[in-house]
Amino acid sequence: MEAAAGGGCGSGPPLLLSEGEQQCYSELFARCAGAAGGGPGSGPPEAARAVPGAVTAAAGPVADLFRASQLPAETLHQITELCGAKRVGYFGPTQFYIALKLIAAAQSGLPVRIESLKCELPLPRFMMSKTDADIRFGNPAELHGAKVQIPYLITEKNTFKRMDDEDKQETQSPTMSPLASPPSSPPHYQRVPLSHGYSKLRSSTEQMHPAPYEARQPLVQPEGPSSGAPGAKPPRHQASLIRSFSVEREPHDNNSNYPDEPWRITEEQREYYVNQFRSLQPDPSSFISGSVAKNFFTKSKLSIPELSYIWELSDADCDGALTLPEFCAAFHLIVARKNGYPLPEGLPPTLQPEYLQAAFPKPKRECTLFDSYSESMPANQQPRDLNRMEKLSIKDMADFPVPAQDVTSDDKQALKSTADEALPKDMSEDPATSKDSNSLKARPRSRSYSSTSIEEAMKRGEDPPTPPPRPQKTHSRASSLDLNKVFQPSVPATKSGLLPPPPALPPRPCPSQSEQASEAEIHPQLNRAPSQAADSSPTKKDIPYSQPPSKPIRRKLRPENPAPESQEPSSTVGGAASAVTGKPHTAVQKQSSKQKKAIQTAIRKNKEANAVLARLNSELQQQLKEVHQERIALENQLEQLRPVTVL
Amino acid sequence: MAVCVAVIAKENYPLYIRSIPTENELKFHYMVHTSLDVVDEKISAMGKALVDQRELYLGLLYPTEDYKVYGYVTNSKVKFVMVVDSSNTALRDNEIRSMFRKLHNSYTDVMCNPFYNPGDHIQSSRAFDSMVTSMMIQVC
Repeated sequence: MEAAAGGGCGSGPPLLLSEGEQQCYSELFARCAGAAGGGPGSGPPEAARAVPGAVTAAAGPVADLFRASQLPAETLHQITELCGAKRVGYFGPTQFYIALKLIAAAQSGLPVRIESLKCELPLPRFMMSKTDADIRFGNPAELHGAKVQIPYLITEKNTFKRMDDEDKQETQSPTMSPLASPPSSPPHYQRVPLSHGYSKLRSSTEQMHPAPYEARQPLVQPEGPSSGAPGAKPPRHQASLIRSFSVEREPHDNNSNYPDEPWRITEEQREYYVNQFRSLQPDPSSFISGSVAKNFFTKSKLSIPELSYIWELSDADCDGALTLPEFCAAFHLIVARKNGYPLPEGLPPTLQPEYLQAAFPKPKRECTLFDSYSESMPANQQPRDLNRMEKLSIKDMADFPVPAQDVTSDDKQALKSTADEALPKDMSEDPATSKDSNSLKARPRSRSYSSTSIEEAMKRGEDPPTPPPRPQKTHSRASSLDLNKVFQPSVPATKSGLLPPPPALPPRPCPSQSEQASEAEIHPQLNRAPSQAADSSPTKKDIPYSQPPSKPIRRKLRPENPAPESQEPSSTVGGAASAVTGKPHTAVQKQSSKQKKAIQTAIRKNKEANAVLARLNSELQQQLKEVHQERIALENQLEQLRPVTVL
Repeated sequence: MAVCVAVIAKENYPLYIRSIPTENELKFHYMVHTSLDVVDEKISAMGKALVDQRELYLGLLYPTEDYKVYGYVTNSKVKFVMVVDSSNTALRDNEIRSMFRKLHNSYTDVMCNPFYNPGDHIQSSRAFDSMVTSMMIQVC
């Protein structure tokens, strides 16, 4: 029902709105339009939804809504100008939707530009989730934890319509109270991965009036997370509800409500960073020296001043070395910068080393993440919320390893499943979905071959934590392919020793791709593997071309990590390989493809080493020539002088 | 307090120089330049035999009618020069020393950054800039 109206309204704007976005925006528009025209009070939602198509939102409620987004005034002015409201003189659906999207962009820290809207499809989702994410700060699990999600949604809509009247209709709130009361239990959830539609509703209300929640609190709390609360605008009810939950949550999770969404590190990101750290420095409790870190971060292709600034931010103790939390913070800043976020003035609180150490005691806590779905377990929830939020918000961060993508889809599944069921069922669903996610997370290798995501495939080939073996670890220069195949599953570690530590490798994903393809053909004996590898490598070939530049950089980062890293991934691969043996032919396939990838990476590395050595050779030749010339000059001088002295 | 702060490299070229009244900067640059001679004089006078025991803080290098110039040398022959307004009554020696110490600490932090090549201009370190600003703005 929502979708219909949403679809109708969504056809106006030039943006590509996803279904959730359409729902949310249409609701907001209905509210603003209704408020202006004294629209249908408790009328059927359909009627209300039909209105937006023919009505424009009045400036008053729209201005309130924008102000409630807590953006600075100049940003709002910018947004208003950009969306064209000033041009047409009113907030039609198009302008309204554009404005909402810009608000989401601004809230997520992206510059307010038309380009933010016109970005490719992934971005709208990003915006949406960002909005949701912003909302989720205040959205306790009320949406999620509600026993009956759908009836709750309906009451929500009724609430929205009520808002149009701007009255303090108590009638509706009691209706909502019983429904909403269950959510009171999970108020501690920070960022419950609510269904997008619900979260969007929430987000719309969030955006409306986050301010007056304190006033609402006494009202809200007794009522529980119901909309309730007379007085003020109906949107405030929602906002207050949400805010009250956020406030309630605060004691539970003092870290969750930081408004710096892009600066949170998700679980997958954390794992990725930790693995990278281990590749540079096997001991996670020790430091990475400055020069090592410099080489590593230079590969990210950011400018030196930016890298210098990132270092300044992340090296909290200014000792010239990075501990694990410092490293994660620096890495995260680099990733964020590469994805377009401006660097912050100071280290965000979620990136402080203390926070990182507290929030991520152990890298792998997927199970616990999902266990606490309806309980207050702040520590667990933090990473899970971070997980959810970040996954949704960084969906299009190409740098992130594949798990991000998969987990995002897991999130969606979890969201949908929870949305559709009552709370008890949600509980059961969550463990199920969480287990799915866990299993997925725990077995990225199984996903690697089945995943269709380009990023996943690319990352798979390069990712240490994933089964597709880290290429460089198992490859000696001239060893035959047979040897590699033989050794790889059994003794990857020793193989890594044979690998010459590659010098700085220039970013060349393309040649590596062709390498992989050729390698794939060379091994006819790996019947299935070659085909698989060939399939994956052409895919990979396409990936760098079609993906944003950060992806090739990420690939480069991976293979360029020197030998120590190769040992780590080799052991990882060894473990992965052993784990996979449980599944016979999948194991064989994987091993062979792993071997192929190993071979391909080794070839690539050797080529790069060759190139560097060739350069070095030419330079030395140059120097040799110069020295020769000097020698000749000196000998000439000597000749000239000798007759003089003789005389 | 300071109206001009300069960090001079071992080879006597400036790594960082900043003055507060942004007009008439050239005058301060010239003052810093001339003070280098005095710094060298003090270093050579002290440090012939006992370089290690040489104190880092050089004290007042020379006074002019409007300004006083203080100097500080690190063990790696990087010099810090600070020009202070004479009208500032009684800036005690201790305060100058503490300012130099802060400068030295910030400089060390900049050096710790692996992305900083020794010998480069110190232009990308916001921490250093903010520290210098705090020293200069105290007066103004």
